Amino acid sequence: MFFFLRGDQLDSTKLYTQKLDNGFVLLAEHMPAVASAAFSFLLPTGARLDPADGQGSSAVLLDWLFRGAGSRDARQLDGFLDGLGLHRDSSVSTEYTSLGGALLGDNLLAALDAHADILRRPMLPAEQFDLSRQLLLQQLASQEDEPRTKLLVELRRRHFPEPLGRNPLGNPDHLAQLSGSAVTDFYRESYLPAGTILAVAGNFDWPKLRDHVSSLFADWTGQPAPPPPLGRAGAKLDHINQDTAQTQIGIAYDSVPLSHRNYYPARLAVAVLSGGMSGRLFTEVREKRGLCYHVSASHHVLKDRGSVLCYAGTSTDRAQETLEVTLAELKRLAEGITEAELDRAKIGLKASLIMQGESTSSRSGSAAVDFYHLHRVRSLDEIAAAVDGVSVSDVLEHLREFPPSDFTILTLGNKKLEVKNNLEI
Amino acid sequence: MKFNHTTLDNGLRIIAESSDTSRSVAFGFFVRTGARDESPAEFGLSHFLEHMMFKGTASRTAHDVNREFDEMGARYNAFTSHENTVYYGNVLPEFLPRVVDLLSDMLRPSLRQEDFDMEKKVILEEMAMYEDIPQHDLADKALKTHFGDHGLGQPVIGTRESIATVTSEQMHDYFDRRYAAGNVVAVATGAVDFDQLVDLVSARAGQWVARSADRELTPAQASLATDTFVKNSLARQHLVLISPAPSAQADERFAASILANAVGDSTGSRYFWALVEPALADVAAYGYEPLDAAGMFMSYFCCDPSQAPRVLEVARAELSKVVRDGITAEELTRSANKTASAVTLGSEVPMGRFVSLGTNWLYRQEYRSLVADLEAIRSVSLEQVNALARDLSIDRTTTVALGPLEKVV
Repeated sequence: MFFFLRGDQLDSTKLYTQKLDNGFVLLAEHMPAVASAAFSFLLPTGARLDPADGQGSSAVLLDWLFRGAGSRDARQLDGFLDGLGLHRDSSVSTEYTSLGGALLGDNLLAALDAHADILRRPMLPAEQFDLSRQLLLQQLASQEDEPRTKLLVELRRRHFPEPLGRNPLGNPDHLAQLSGSAVTDFYRESYLPAGTILAVAGNFDWPKLRDHVSSLFADWTGQPAPPPPLGRAGAKLDHINQDTAQTQIGIAYDSVPLSHRNYYPARLAVAVLSGGMSGRLFTEVREKRGLCYHVSASHHVLKDRGSVLCYAGTSTDRAQETLEVTLAELKRLAEGITEAELDRAKIGLKASLIMQGESTSSRSGSAAVDFYHLHRVRSLDEIAAAVDGVSVSDVLEHLREFPPSDFTILTLGNKKLEVKNNLEI
Repeated sequence: MKFNHTTLDNGLRIIAESSDTSRSVAFGFFVRTGARDESPAEFGLSHFLEHMMFKGTASRTAHDVNREFDEMGARYNAFTSHENTVYYGNVLPEFLPRVVDLLSDMLRPSLRQEDFDMEKKVILEEMAMYEDIPQHDLADKALKTHFGDHGLGQPVIGTRESIATVTSEQMHDYFDRRYAAGNVVAVATGAVDFDQLVDLVSARAGQWVARSADRELTPAQASLATDTFVKNSLARQHLVLISPAPSAQADERFAASILANAVGDSTGSRYFWALVEPALADVAAYGYEPLDAAGMFMSYFCCDPSQAPRVLEVARAELSKVVRDGITAEELTRSANKTASAVTLGSEVPMGRFVSLGTNWLYRQEYRSLVADLEAIRSVSLEQVNALARDLSIDRTTTVALGPLEKVV
C-alpha cells in the first residue's frame, strides 16, 4: 500500500513521493511544459557489493539483464524498447546501478512494464553469459586506450579504501573466472526492492503512474545484505608508465558528502577552483602559463564521504611545472577567497540548477541521487536558498576543517614526476 | 514557439525562436568559416582564432571575458568544425543584454601578440591531448585518407608545423576575410523577445564591416582507399569506414539519418546485432554527417586486434546486405521512432534548438520548426531509405585502421 509523504511546489513543477511497503520508492516530478518523460531506477547495488573475488559481477549482470526478460527474448526486448523511442541510459557505479532513459511521455508506462520484467524477471540465458563477459573484458581493454579515463579509475583505486575505489567495470582476472551461476546468485541477492528508487520527471498523469508502478512492484520482496566493512586505500604517490603524448596528472583529497552540514561551502570552494573559465585552476595553469588544454577539479560524493578529484593533462616536459602550480593553487585556497569569487561560484551553481531543471533526464537522475543520499529530494528553491546562505567565512571555515591536503597523487605517462617536500602534502 | 528573423544594414542576419516555457536563453554567433576555408599556410587558423576570441578586446582583458561569463553563471564555449565556428552562452533571461554585449565585443578581438604566443602553447597541448584519444586521432587520419587534399581532409586543429609557423599577421588577415558581418548569423533560442534582441545586436554589432565572404565549394572526391597506421602502444584496434552521403542541402538528409540509425545506432541496429551483441567489438557505430555540398557516412569500430579482420568482414557484409536487400519496414519504424524521439528530447532545452536553428539557417537559409522536422522524419518511406543505400553504394568505403596491426585487410 502507498502512503503519502510530501508534495512540493517547485516553480511550475510538482514533486510526488510515494513509498511502497517493501521499501521501493517512487519519486515523480511533473513538468507540464514538456512532451517527454525520463525515468531512472537506482538500485543500491554496485561495484562495492561485488563479491571480493567476483569484481565485475554488477557490470556483467547489467549487460546480461538486457538479453531477455519476461516473455521477450533479447531481440524482442530490444525491438520493444527501440519501438518506444527510448533513449537508454544504464550504468554501474561504486554504490549503485542505474537503469532508465528518456522517451515521449505517452510511452512511459509501457517502458516501465518492460523494466519491471528486466529487474524482476530477467531470463539470464546461460548460453549468452559468456558474450556479456567478453564484452566487459573488451570494455576494460578499451580503457587502456583512454589515458584520462584510466588515470581517474586508477586514482580512485588508490584514494579510496577497498571496495570504494574499485573500477566499476571490474577486474579482468575475476571476470575471466566468473560463472553464470555465480552472477545469477548475485542477481538474486542484490536486485531487491528495499532501497530501490524509481524517479520519473516529465509529462505524465500522476494517479495513473502511481497505480501502475504499484501494480508492477508492490509484490516484490526482499532486502539486500549490508555492505562489507572497508579495507585499506592504495598508494598516496604513484606513477604508471605508459607511452602517451601527454602526462596525465590526478590529485585527490577528502571533502564532505551530500548529507554533511558543510556540503554547500565545500561545493562552492571547488567552484572557486574550477567553476568556470575564471576559476583559479583555469586562470593559473592554462591562461597565465599555457601549460595545458584541460585542467579541472570536481566534487565527488559517495554516501559516507566526499572528495575532490583534480585532473590535468600536459606534455611530459611541462608536467612537473603543471603539478607544482596545481598543488600550489590547492594549498592557496585555504588562505582566502574573495567575495567576488564566491558570488561567481554561487550564480554558476544556481544557474546550472535552473538549466538542468529544463531537462527531464537531469531532473529524474538528480531526484534519484538526492533520495539515495538524503532520503528526500531537495527542491530547487531549497538548494538556491542554501547556496545563497553561504558566506566567505563559511567557506574558509570549511577549508580549515577539511583543508586541501593529504593528497593522493597519481601520474601516468613517459616520466615519473617529483613531489617536492616544501609542498607539505 | 515563435520564429522571427531580420537582416541588419551591414548584412548581419539575426534569427530567433522564442518559447514561453523556457527558463533560459541560448544566444550566440554562427560564423560560416572553418578548416575548409583555410589555405595550406593557414591550417588550424579557424580554430586558433576561436581560442583567441576569448583573449580580450579593446575594452576587456582575457580574464574580464571569463569573469563576466562566470558572473552570469553562463554555460558558454565555442567550437570549430570544417565549416562553422560557433560562439555561445546559455544564460538566465535577465542576462541576455549582457551576454549579447560580451559576445559581440569578443568577436572584435584585440589579437595581442603576447596572448597569441601563449595560446599557441595551449593549442599544442590540445593537439597532444587528441593524439592520446585514438578515436579522435583516427578520425583525423581517416578524413585525410578519404578527402585527400580537399579542405575537408585537413585536421581542424591544424598540424604541429602549421601552428608553429603561423603568425598573428596571418590571423589578422584571416579574421578580416572571414568575420565580416555578411558571413555571420546571430541566433537566439528560448526565453527571448525578438524586438529586444534586434535592438541589442544592432547596438553592438551594427557597425561591423559590411562585407560577405565566399566559400569555394570545390567538389569533394571520395578516395575509397585503405590506410593502416601502426601504433604499438595501443591495446585495441580502431577502425573507421567512410563513404559519401547526402549533403546538408539535400532533401535525402532525413532518409540518411534514418538509414544511419538502422545500420549503427548503439541499440537494436544491424551493427549492434552483428558485432556488439556477439562481442566481436565493444563499439560499432555508424553516423551520418551532412556537410556543405558534401556528406559522409562514418563507421567506427573498436575491437581486439585479433578480431579486426573479422569485424571488417562482418561490417562490410552488413552494409552489402543493406545495399542489396534494403532495411525492413520494421527497422524503418523503429529507427524513425528513435530519431523522432532524439529530436524531441534535444529540443526541450534551448541549447538543443540553438544548434539546429543556426545550422538550418547557415546551410539552407531556412527555418524548420520541431513539428516540421518530426513530420519529415515520419514521412520518409522505405523505398527512399533503400534507394539511398543502393544509389550511394554504402558498402564501398574508405577504410582506415589505427592500432598494433600492420595489416588489417
